[in-house]
Amino acid sequence: MKTKSKLIKPYTKKSFITYALLIAVFTIVQLILNFGKMSFMMQSLLVPLCVYSILAVSLNLTVGILGELSLGQAGFMCIGAYSGALFSSLMKEAIPEAMVRFPIAILLGGLCAALFGVLIGIPVLRLRGDYLAIVTLAFGEIIKNICASLYLGKDAEGFHLSIKSAADMNMAPDGKMIINGALGLNGTPKDSNFTVAFIILLITVIIAYNFVYSRTGRAVMSIRDNRIAAESVGLNITKYKLITFGLTAFLAGVAGVIYSHNFSTLQASKFDYNMSILILVFVVLGGIGSIRGSVIAAVVLTLIPELLRETIGNYRMLFYAVILIAMMLVTSNSKLKGRITAYTNKLKGLIKKEKKGEIK
Amino acid sequence: MALLEINDLHVNYGMITALKGISFEVNEGEVIALIGANGAGKTTTLHALTGLIPAKSGSIKLNGTELTKVPAHKIVEMGMAHVPEGRRIFQHLSVLDNLKLGAYTRKDKANIEKDMQMVYERFPRLAERKSQIAGTLSGGEQQMLAMGRALMSNPKIIVMDEPSMGLSPILVSEIFDIITSIRKDGTTVLLVEQNAKKALAIADRAYVLETGNIVLSGNASDLINDESIKKAYLGE
Ligand SMILES: Nc1ncnc2c1ncn2[C@@H]1O[C@H](COP(=O)(O)OP(=O)(O)OP(=O)(O)O)[C@@H](O)[C@H]1O
Ligand SMILES: [Mg+2]
Repeated sequence: MKTKSKLIKPYTKKSFITYALLIAVFTIVQLILNFGKMSFMMQSLLVPLCVYSILAVSLNLTVGILGELSLGQAGFMCIGAYSGALFSSLMKEAIPEAMVRFPIAILLGGLCAALFGVLIGIPVLRLRGDYLAIVTLAFGEIIKNICASLYLGKDAEGFHLSIKSAADMNMAPDGKMIINGALGLNGTPKDSNFTVAFIILLITVIIAYNFVYSRTGRAVMSIRDNRIAAESVGLNITKYKLITFGLTAFLAGVAGVIYSHNFSTLQASKFDYNMSILILVFVVLGGIGSIRGSVIAAVVLTLIPELLRETIGNYRMLFYAVILIAMMLVTSNSKLKGRITAYTNKLKGLIKKEKKGEIK
Repeated sequence: MALLEINDLHVNYGMITALKGISFEVNEGEVIALIGANGAGKTTTLHALTGLIPAKSGSIKLNGTELTKVPAHKIVEMGMAHVPEGRRIFQHLSVLDNLKLGAYTRKDKANIEKDMQMVYERFPRLAERKSQIAGTLSGGEQQMLAMGRALMSNPKIIVMDEPSMGLSPILVSEIFDIITSIRKDGTTVLLVEQNAKKALAIADRAYVLETGNIVLSGNASDLINDESIKKAYLGE
C-alpha cells in the first residue's frame, strides 16, 4: 500500500507516452499543413492513416489481449461504413449541422458493427479452437457481397429495397437512387477530416488502454493466459470474450464511418479480405498486444508503399516486401518469442503426455 | 445432509467412459482423499464437480443444490473452489493479480483485503513476491499461489488436484501441513493425490478410484493398513 502513492503505475506511464506521441505528431502535421508544405498525396492519406490505426488498435484487443484470431475486420468496417453513410445521406436535410450529424453517424455505425460482432460471437466464441478465424473470414466476404448487391431508392411512395437489381426495386422513374449495387452509395456528406479522425483515433487509444488495464481487461488476459485456471476461479469465459470481440467490432465500425465520410462515393469492393489481412499484418508487426505498436505499424506500413510509389515506381512492392521482412525480424522481440516458446512447450507437453499413454 | 453429495455420476469423453457411476460424499469439516492410479478418473471427477466438463448423468449436490446444470463460473460463487492439476496459474500476471482474480466472483468486497492478508500469512513466500510475475515463481511457489488463489474466493469447500505433484519431499510436507491448517480454519477439503501415504495420513476418510469406479472406501486410518492398498498404492 505504501508504494501506491510513490509510483506512477506502469500502465499510466505507458499510455501517457503514447498520448503525448500522438498529440506531438498531430501538432507537427498541422504546422506543416498551415505552412502549405504538404503534398496533395500526403494530405489525402491523413484520414486513411487514422482509420487504419483505429482498425489495428481495435483488432489488437481481440488478437493480442483476448488471443483469438479474427479475419473479419473489413466486414465490420463495411457495416459501419454503410450504416453511417446511409444515415448521413438520409439526414443531410433533416440535420444540416455536421457537428451534430456526424457523431450520431459514428455511434450508429459502431453499434451496428458491434451488434453483428455479438451475433457472430455468441455461437462461435463458445467453441475452443480457431473457429473464429474461419467464421469471420467468411462473414467479411458475405457482408461485402451483400453490400455490393444492395439497391435502395426513394420515391414519392417511400423506400424501395432489393438485393437483386435496380429494376427489381419497382421504384418510380423519378425516384432517387440511394444505394446503387456495386456502384455503391453516392452523396455521403464529406464530414470526415484529419482533425476529427485524429480525435477519434485518440479516443480509441484511450479506450483501448483503459480496457486493457481494467478489471475486465485483467480477466480477459487471464483467459488468454490459462483458460482452465480462468474457469476454475469462476470467470464467465464467454461473457468476457463477447465483450472484447464486441468492442473490437464497435471500433472497426467507427473506423468504417470515418472512412465512408471521407469520400463522396462508397463501394463495398474496398472491404475485401485483403484489407482484413493488411490490418492483421499491422497488429502482428507492431507487436501482439502493443497498442502503441499497432498505431506505429499502421502508419509506417501505409506510408512506405505510397512514398515508394513516388520514388521507385514499379519496384515498390519488392521493397515493401523487404521492409516487411526486416520489420518482422526487428519486432520478433521477447514478447513474440515468448509466445512462440509457449506454443512449442505446449506441443512438447502434449507429445510427452501421449507417450505416457494419456489422451488429454 | 452432507456438504457435497455425488450420486451415480457418469462422465464421457466422446466414446470413452471416464466415470462409470461413482457415488461419494464429503461432510462439512472433513478432509477426504480421492486416490487412484494414472487415468483412474480423479481429475475428471474434480472437473465434473466444478463444472469444467458436463456430467452425462447422475447428480452432484452442494449443500443440497444440484450442480450438474450450473455453469462453472456460478459454482465458484456457490462456495466451491478448485486448485487445478499442474499449477494452472496465470503465468504472465503478477502474484497479486493472480490472487485478486481468485476473488473475482466475490460480492463482499470489504473482506477481500482481510483474506489477502490471511493468504499472505499462510504463504509468507507469496507475501515476499507480491509483484513478481507468476511464471517466474518456483514450482513450489506456483503451487502455493494456486492454493492461495483458490482460498481468495473464501470457499466452503476446496478441491485440490495433486498439489504435491513434482515437488521435493520437504515442500510436499509443507504443502500437506498447509492443507491441515486450511482444514483447521474451517474449510472442507477434497484432496486428489497420487501420494497415497501422505494423503491418507491427513485425511479423515478416503475413496479409491479405479478405471472410473470407486472400488474401496473407508476411514483413512483403516485404509492405510489395508493389504490391497499397501500393495497397489503404498509400494509396500
Ligand atoms: N479431454 C479428454 N478426452 C478424452 N479422454 C480423456 C480426456 N481427459 C481425460 N481422458 C481420459 O479419461 C480417463 C481419466 O482421466 P483423468 O485425467 O481423470 O485421470 P486421473 O485419475 O486424473 O489421472 P492422473 O493421475 O494421471 O492425473 C483417462 O483414461 C483419460 O485418458
Ligand atoms: Mg489427474
